[in-house]
Amino acid sequence: MSERATLPPETEEPGPEEGEPTDADGPTAVTNGAEAVVRALENAGVEYAFGVQGGAIMPVYDALYDSAIDHVTMAHEQGAAHAADAFGIVSGEPGVCMATSGPGATNLVTGIADADMDSDPMLALTGQVPTAFVGNDAFQETDTTGVTTPITKTNTFAADPDGVGTDVGEAFALAREGRPGPTLVDLPKDVTNAETDRDPGEPHVPDTYDVQTEADPEIVERAARRIEESSRPVLLLGGGVIKGAASEECRQFAIDHGIPVITTMPGTGAFPEDHELALEGAGMHGTGYANMAISLCDTLIGVGTRFDDRLTGGIETFAPDAEVIHVDIDPAEISKNIHAEYPLVGDAGTVIEQLDAAIEHPPEAAKWRAQCQQWKSEYPMRYDAPDDDPVKPQFVVEALDAATSDRAIVTTGVGQHQMWAWQFWTWTHPRTWVSSHGLGAMGYGLPAAIGARFAADDDQEVVCIDGDGSFLMTLQELSVAVRENLDITVAVLNNEYIGMVRQWQDAFFEGRHAASEYSWMPEFDKLAEAFGAEGFRIDEYDDVAETIEAALAYDGPSVIDVHIDPREDVYPMVPSGGDNSQFALSEDQL
Amino acid sequence: MTGEMEGPAPESRQRPAGRRNSQGIRIDPEVEAEREPRQAVISALVEHEPGVLAEVSGLFSRRQFNIESLTVGPTEDESRARMTIVVEEPDPGIEQVKKQLRKLVPAISVRELPADAMRRELALIKVDADRPDRVAAVADMYDATAVDACPETATYEITGSRRKIEAAIEAFSRFGVRELSRTGTTALARGSEFTAAERPIETQVHSPRITSPQPTADDD
Ligand SMILES: Cc1ncc(C[n+]2csc(CCOP(=O)(O)OP(=O)(O)O)c2C)c(N)n1
Repeated sequence: MSERATLPPETEEPGPEEGEPTDADGPTAVTNGAEAVVRALENAGVEYAFGVQGGAIMPVYDALYDSAIDHVTMAHEQGAAHAADAFGIVSGEPGVCMATSGPGATNLVTGIADADMDSDPMLALTGQVPTAFVGNDAFQETDTTGVTTPITKTNTFAADPDGVGTDVGEAFALAREGRPGPTLVDLPKDVTNAETDRDPGEPHVPDTYDVQTEADPEIVERAARRIEESSRPVLLLGGGVIKGAASEECRQFAIDHGIPVITTMPGTGAFPEDHELALEGAGMHGTGYANMAISLCDTLIGVGTRFDDRLTGGIETFAPDAEVIHVDIDPAEISKNIHAEYPLVGDAGTVIEQLDAAIEHPPEAAKWRAQCQQWKSEYPMRYDAPDDDPVKPQFVVEALDAATSDRAIVTTGVGQHQMWAWQFWTWTHPRTWVSSHGLGAMGYGLPAAIGARFAADDDQEVVCIDGDGSFLMTLQELSVAVRENLDITVAVLNNEYIGMVRQWQDAFFEGRHAASEYSWMPEFDKLAEAFGAEGFRIDEYDDVAETIEAALAYDGPSVIDVHIDPREDVYPMVPSGGDNSQFALSEDQL
Repeated sequence: MTGEMEGPAPESRQRPAGRRNSQGIRIDPEVEAEREPRQAVISALVEHEPGVLAEVSGLFSRRQFNIESLTVGPTEDESRARMTIVVEEPDPGIEQVKKQLRKLVPAISVRELPADAMRRELALIKVDADRPDRVAAVADMYDATAVDACPETATYEITGSRRKIEAAIEAFSRFGVRELSRTGTTALARGSEFTAAERPIETQVHSPRITSPQPTADDD
């Protein structure tokens, strides 16, 4: 292995030196809009911001120069947004990303859309051309609030220097309050440059913003009766359980009432998969047992889930015998896709406790639990790994799981590798699965690993399980991981295919591999070394354990180029719009 | 390709007995399947600030809600604007419209108005003035006010329910309508009742199995 490439020169860090005396009289007064923006972030407890400099945002960066907030310069604004998003998932506090106007802002868009689809708390700050130029098609002018309105929880054009700090504080508070999501404040350069002495104070949501945390007791009572009477109950835990920090309440609820548990993909980790009640994930690439249980249950308790089509398959055949109890903090999710007989608007943990208190006896579901166990043995998540075949990706996922601690964090790109990671890792903790679900954005994995690293505890490993195609989309962020000396391990499951597309072409397009074969792939281990990271390569089963161990042991970013069986497909599979109970176990069943 | 898994094949599995309709509602022999669209008048009190109208109209196009008209204007409180939106959707769609509107941060209160709410629309209609007496007679019939006249055309203002305006247009059409402009419906609740109050009225979602379609009364 080669020496680390020379590090780029240290940039001057704005943060105070360790042990430097802090201002005992509290912070100094702000003097302009940019300082008010930074003060709002400080008041919100922000420690890190991910971004890229540029003309219109320069005043804000200038104010950051004197702040204790650590700014991480990313290679691309998409990377900044994904890093902030992952920071938000792992820490539960909004991640902050920043970019200049025009191309800076448009480069953030994929990451903002991702956070919106997955309800991840995130605050984006964008520079804007001076107010007097807005509307004139000035240099690097893009209507950023216009572009991002459909993909933000809310956004604001900050028109007033006296209000700009409050705008940022409100946007921060709104990003995490209620159903989380991305918010954006567009900051015209004249506003951030203008004088103001208004300290924004603590961040808070506007007075008119209401969140209902407790569900209607009358519906809770009816739902409790329904649960008591059910003989085939299922608890479906979505991302909202993790966002609402309700995993523990839900786990206890399931165990106390003997209810089998399914998790959606964003809900991964909300219930430990090594528990006997765990049926793991349902939907398109869910387990056979979860798909049987969700199809045949008579009572479905969905918590913090939006019944996405990748989970439900065809609406007509989704849990068609079940009465639905739907717990969500966002009333608009209730009966949007699946009608809920028992709509329970509120905070996940609070409503689960309300239900728990209202249930007088657990449902008589012993037969149903036995049935679920039987499905578990009928449809095991096993794969063939003949020695003379190339390495199977599932084997690599299991080896990574075995080599890391229980609380290791995994980020992914999008495609087959994402599904194998999801299926073959044994998830036991919330906030350890960090992926792009609703948007399905290739390129998410590496920048997300960077953001996750900043939010994770030191003893949590951060592993990015990537696809070759996904890695190619954002691998320039390796330069950041090296510069910041971040301890992350990237395992590229390299099949030299746009694998998921290739699988669909084999199944649905008569094997015509239109634009899904890469006829040339760089050597990712060498590429990693060019960046100054440590590079590894796996070609055979015998290399797997040892190489993974070495890569994890390396103190800094490492990349393993894992040459996997290019023909491997992801199963089980429910085709789009299909019936979950009819999941295919192989291509000929599709 | 490879990657098969073991287990009983699809056709040999136990299958659920029921089904849902395309609105996600379980089909139950006693309850008929899909809901028919109906007209609903929704009143929204919003922050009077730039971008809100774009946000609301963007929401309608993004979520493919079927909208008939949208009016917006200031209210008794200068920091607030009121939007009146007429939508044509089945019940689950109308519920979604209300809930999605409520989610918008600048939305203060959103409410579907009862069937007896006061609903008005204004139309300006410019007709050929070839037969002034006859035009005036029709105008009289519909309480239309002349707002402009020249040798070739006459322009009338008509206020009233949607039905009345449609009838007036029909009546004027025989003279040759040169141009027409309509405002769309604006509305207020009757009596001392608040149309859409400062505080959200309907925070809890009610999700009845069957909602009988509300008659959309025209109050003229
Ligand atoms: C930004 C983006 N572009 C295109 C797609 C469509 N897409 C979904 S999966 C996939 C293939 C991903 O290939 P790779 O990252 O190599 O992963 P694999 O499926 O081979 O594991 C593509 C192109 C996407 N999800 N995201």
